[in-house]
Amino acid sequence: MSVLDFTLVVFAGSLFAGFLGSLTGLGGGVVIVPLLTVALGVDVHYAIGASLVSVIATSSGAAASYLKEGFTNMRVGIFLEVATTSGAIVGASVATRLPGAAIEVVFGAVLLISVYLTISLREQQAADAGPAACETLARRLRLSGSYPTPAGEVDYVPRRVPLGFGIMAGAGALSGLLGIGSGAVKVLALDQAMRLPFKVSTTTSNFMIGVTAAASAGVYLRRGFIEPGLVMPVMLGVLAGSLVGARLLIGARVRLLRVVFALAILALGVEMIVAGLHL
Amino acid sequence: MGIVLRVGVVMATVLVAAGGIAYLIEHGDRATHYHSFALAAASLTTPAAIVRGALALEPTALIALGLIVLVLTPVARVLFALLAFAEQRDRLYVIFSLIVLCVLFFGLTGHSL
Repeated sequence: MSVLDFTLVVFAGSLFAGFLGSLTGLGGGVVIVPLLTVALGVDVHYAIGASLVSVIATSSGAAASYLKEGFTNMRVGIFLEVATTSGAIVGASVATRLPGAAIEVVFGAVLLISVYLTISLREQQAADAGPAACETLARRLRLSGSYPTPAGEVDYVPRRVPLGFGIMAGAGALSGLLGIGSGAVKVLALDQAMRLPFKVSTTTSNFMIGVTAAASAGVYLRRGFIEPGLVMPVMLGVLAGSLVGARLLIGARVRLLRVVFALAILALGVEMIVAGLHL
Repeated sequence: MGIVLRVGVVMATVLVAAGGIAYLIEHGDRATHYHSFALAAASLTTPAAIVRGALALEPTALIALGLIVLVLTPVARVLFALLAFAEQRDRLYVIFSLIVLCVLFFGLTGHSL
């Protein structure tokens, strides 16, 4: 395939990934890597490099609108970023040492696990985490905040901060290893483990995704994972697709999309493991 | 702060798009080489090389420069947070922000473990 044809195909695929990502709120990275590796035969190292850049693009591209609303908790974000960025360096370092096939298998496994978690956690409302003893570190670090509602500002205090910190380190490692945003893991940690209000979780997670990815970017660059000719259509396509998706968000059947998305991720996860194991 | 982010993303997009068009004009009819990973083939692996190439208007270097600008936008977010905490005289969070910036700097300069 010529470079031009290939670029156009990648651009189209990235448009779709960005579009789907912004509509469902799920990451574009999880679509980009399998798309490039399974469908287009791109080496996984180049694929995760391109995916990482697209994660930063969508994160910063969408960022401006979130900050103003008053939901993002900057202290929580910065504090947890100590964990995510450190984890990202570890993950990226591992990625430079693993053979491509191993990365593919891990990626596929993560996809399958994420589908399973989406299904199993949806119904379950985590029981209240317990008494205020879980809040000591949050109070010590002044992590509590408030968010705007029609009835006025509502206060909240994060719970189980050490657990959240630990999960975030893992999320960062995943991000660095696989070139994804780990947004879902971050929201999970903030929402389920730390019991933050949902909108605070999503906006704070968005704040953290780009920073986490930036930590791995330099490592990826130094090791040659970032191929300009490949990253170019991915970045532009995902940005354009997410812009369109954001416009169409009103009136979209998000629930149906999520189901379709989950099924697609399931298929892609299996494909990646198969590819990685050279079956 | 939102403006800084937007400007950064726009600047990055312009650089990447401009470099991309030039790249396609130059290389559009060649065969792709992405199916096997070869570190030796990667020439633009340091910011210095990228800037030099961009000044010479090499398409791939222009794209890479745009990517650097893009990667710097989240760093700007942390910097702004640091400034906000400094303004509030919040020493603990100034320190946390500095730690994050140090880790970012470590990663961005290509170090790994």
